[in-house]
Amino acid sequence: MKYMMFVCTDTEPDTDKAAEPDIEVWVSDNDARGRRLEGSALAPTSAATTVRVRDGRLLVSDGPFTETKEVIVGYDLLECADLDEAIEVARAHPMARAGRLELRPLADLND
Amino acid sequence: MTGVTDVRAAATASAVAAASVDAYARIVAALIRVTGDWTLAEDCAQEALTLALQRWPLEGVPRNPGGWLMTVARNRAVDVLRRASVERRKLAELAVLALNDQGPAPAREEVVDDRLRLIFTCCHPALALEARVALTLRTIGGVPTADIARAFLVSESTMTRRLTRAKTRIAEAGIPYGVPTGSALTERLPGVLAVLYLLFTHGYNADGRPAFAEEAIRLARLLRRLMPDQGEVSALLALFLFQHSRRETRRDGQGNLLTLDRQDRRRWDHAAIAEGLRVLDGAPEAGPYALQARIAACHATAASADSTDWPAIATWYDRLAELQPSPVIELNRAVAHGYAHGPAVGLALLAQARAGGALDGYPLAVAAEADLLARQGQRERAAALFRQAAAVAHSEPERRALLDRADEAASHSSG
Repeated sequence: MKYMMFVCTDTEPDTDKAAEPDIEVWVSDNDARGRRLEGSALAPTSAATTVRVRDGRLLVSDGPFTETKEVIVGYDLLECADLDEAIEVARAHPMARAGRLELRPLADLND
Repeated sequence: MTGVTDVRAAATASAVAAASVDAYARIVAALIRVTGDWTLAEDCAQEALTLALQRWPLEGVPRNPGGWLMTVARNRAVDVLRRASVERRKLAELAVLALNDQGPAPAREEVVDDRLRLIFTCCHPALALEARVALTLRTIGGVPTADIARAFLVSESTMTRRLTRAKTRIAEAGIPYGVPTGSALTERLPGVLAVLYLLFTHGYNADGRPAFAEEAIRLARLLRRLMPDQGEVSALLALFLFQHSRRETRRDGQGNLLTLDRQDRRRWDHAAIAEGLRVLDGAPEAGPYALQARIAACHATAASADSTDWPAIATWYDRLAELQPSPVIELNRAVAHGYAHGPAVGLALLAQARAGGALDGYPLAVAAEADLLARQGQRERAAALFRQAAAVAHSEPERRALLDRADEAASHSSG
């Protein structure tokens, strides 16, 4: 199964800073095992642009479409056997402590 | 004539009930494993039971009732899959056909695994807690949706939707049908036990009895057979057995709640207590359920309330509070020390437990203080506090019991 993993900030990060995993190690380990297909950090929300079309008119505005305290700061596309494997991958990401991760399966349109 | 038919029908119904208790989870678990389709598995298991109720009175109960049910459910699943005639269902059909005609024998390893898989899937932390409880009752316990709905105080259609959503989520989120291994098992097992515990205490029938206590005990027995090396599983089963042994004595003739010291101990289920002690014997002392079970064992084996080994209970509570600190455990710890080492010690610990404010408005905390004060001879204040606790009681029987205590304390003070 493919999971989009959204890397997010959190208003209540873990206070235990000891032994926070290294992102480089996480990336190379999961790339080597074929569990991470691609991924990247995102530029800050100040660089975001929101696009809508209403009644044929293009509406462009600056900033993200939702203003929240928790923002998406990156993503990784995972290929895992099931949710348990995806959770194992996510828990080892440094942002599991410093922020939070959301695992969202890609929709299976054949269903 | 009708008499004979009735007797035979009753005998058949009990044979079906006995067979279904054992067979339902096996059939559902096996069909889910090979088809991945939860609804199909449940429907086919249910249809097999219905057919048994129709045919066994006429044809007699088969020699291997579980095997008979498995075969019927399997054939039914193949019918459904054939009619679906979708290419990818062909594989499932072949897999179902490969299921043993004779039905699973209890000793076979992979069958045991199927049910364990089902338990861990139903109790997966990625499902909402209430969904876990409902799904466990429905899928492993075979409890009708209507009964679950009643215990959760929702309509049957709401519960049906909730169960369907949970099953959809299992498929969509990719929740595996499997038992975690290694350190993941250690992480996940407490979650499974918490679901069983919730199931034991959740919901009451009209007669005030817990709705699913017997289901919880049956599932704990099953889990213990499947995971004999897990001490906490044994401890949880023992805890259930001790608590359940008092089911006949918790209320008086008028339906009023009776605390432990007022129950008729001769009417406790002593066979259940003996089984609990056997199950607990040899289980390690370390886990939270092990400690709770040992506390329950102290109560269960005391011939009278006065001969309760309170110092032992106080020590177990010390360890439990260390392992799993919570306001309610601190409250019970204060009560235990109050009986073991005198009301003054109890009151001091109670004040500590309430300092954080988490027990504010909790009737049992007020009642505990009242009880400790009454035993110190401060009966007027005790009576007032019992009345205060009654005012915030969660249920009518609890309120009446607290008012009785207030009257008792007051009458002692005047007399």
